[in-house]
Amino acid sequence: MWFWLLGYLVLMAKITAVLTAVMVLAAYLVLVERKLLGRFQVRYGPNRAGIYGILQPVADGIKLLLKEDLMPEGADRAIFLAAPAVVAITALMMFAVVPFGPRLTIGGREIPMVITDINVGLLYVFALSSLGVYGVALGGWASNSKYALLGGIRGAAQMISYELALGLSIVPVVMLAGSFSLVDIVNAQAGLPFILVQPLAFGVFLISAMAETKRIPFDLPEAETELGAGYHTEYSGMRFGLFFLGEYVHMQVMGALVAVFFLGGWRGPVLPPPVWLLVKIVLVVLFMIWVRATLPRLRYDQLMNLGWKVLIPLALVNILITGAFMAA
Amino acid sequence: MIRAGIDIIASIAAGFYTTGRHLFVRPFTESYPEYKRPLPARSRARIILTRDPEGRERCVACYLCSGVCPVNCISMQAAEDSRGRRYAAWFRINFGRCIYCGLCEQACPTSAIQLTPDFEHIRRDLLDMVFEKQDLLVDHCGKDPDYDFYQHAGVVTGLAGKGDHISENAPVNTRTNMP
Repeated sequence: MWFWLLGYLVLMAKITAVLTAVMVLAAYLVLVERKLLGRFQVRYGPNRAGIYGILQPVADGIKLLLKEDLMPEGADRAIFLAAPAVVAITALMMFAVVPFGPRLTIGGREIPMVITDINVGLLYVFALSSLGVYGVALGGWASNSKYALLGGIRGAAQMISYELALGLSIVPVVMLAGSFSLVDIVNAQAGLPFILVQPLAFGVFLISAMAETKRIPFDLPEAETELGAGYHTEYSGMRFGLFFLGEYVHMQVMGALVAVFFLGGWRGPVLPPPVWLLVKIVLVVLFMIWVRATLPRLRYDQLMNLGWKVLIPLALVNILITGAFMAA
Repeated sequence: MIRAGIDIIASIAAGFYTTGRHLFVRPFTESYPEYKRPLPARSRARIILTRDPEGRERCVACYLCSGVCPVNCISMQAAEDSRGRRYAAWFRINFGRCIYCGLCEQACPTSAIQLTPDFEHIRRDLLDMVFEKQDLLVDHCGKDPDYDFYQHAGVVTGLAGKGDHISENAPVNTRTNMP
């Protein structure tokens, strides 16, 4: 009974720590992104709230909380209200399987530095990632608005084109690690991070991950220049905030997955393991921001071409090559 | 096929180089409240009523500015003093309506109404944006330092009689022209 309670407390402590870190990081990623985009465009970015705009996330949060929660006439009430939560919750839940350190031994008991190490962790991540698209598609549909509907449809179509490449690009990693568990995948990179062994898979995964997070150049569901704001056109206040939060948490999740699958997860010299994971996540996210500052949005047909005619064949060929090397 | 692929990658890399280089460029932004860019004298913002070089009001209440104003934000009441000189009994500009087009300044025959570069004259209360004559009147000549309408206009005002004005001939005795 006491052990059970202790285990429960440790689990809760881990969940609290991870959720807090993820939320705070998400808030500050928004600031980092706005600052960096500013500098990429030779301007300052937000610099009024606190020094260097350090309090901007707080100001944004207060603003979102105090805004009126609007609902368009003719919206499907229940789905409209639930959609943002779906996006945010699925994004947050994906962090449950990301390992942020080696096993810790305290008082003779081993504590795994991961919220839960399920043996199909990778499938769990992809399942949640696909579920997140439901939030987008349903939110767009329930808004009873043309732009939101178009954004939702685009979200669903984009998901179909990229989930496949995303999943296939990871197969060589699973083949090398011999496990679906993210902990085992990190352990398999003790000698060499997989980016050196699988550069092609890394490229395909990174591009698909950016499409999965619906960021420029794959932000067709949002596409503010074409669709107003796409699927969240009709959302305001904290419901919009949840979509926003979901997007930035999703960025972090994809950063964490790139780190876990290809960059060796929490492994690294000198610094403690969670810091290394954080550094790698931030590096991937910074790259995503750089991409956003550089590339224009793909057209719908270009996106489909890239997904079906380039990334999926590349991923399949990569699986074949890896298999041939492993068999040889 | 391979050439095309190399071209694509090269062009994308060039884009990344261009944006990446911007990180090391100082932003061009002028931080407004800390740095105020000196504006040209003819920038169009807050309107003033200027005085002539002798310190008298220039405005002769001719209603031309009020007539030309596209948003009808200028109103006044003309009056005449004991020496026959016209002036505005009251003069009012509703800056809540003013679009700072500068047509009043162009229409003004006496250079009285002028726009200044001072654009920071916003008020919380809309009624505070209604400026009366004492708010508009300044004690300098604005952009036209030595123009005095009554020195040129051939109007007898008690300050100057017939033939006393600048580039005005003395009055002709019409009887001497008779055959």
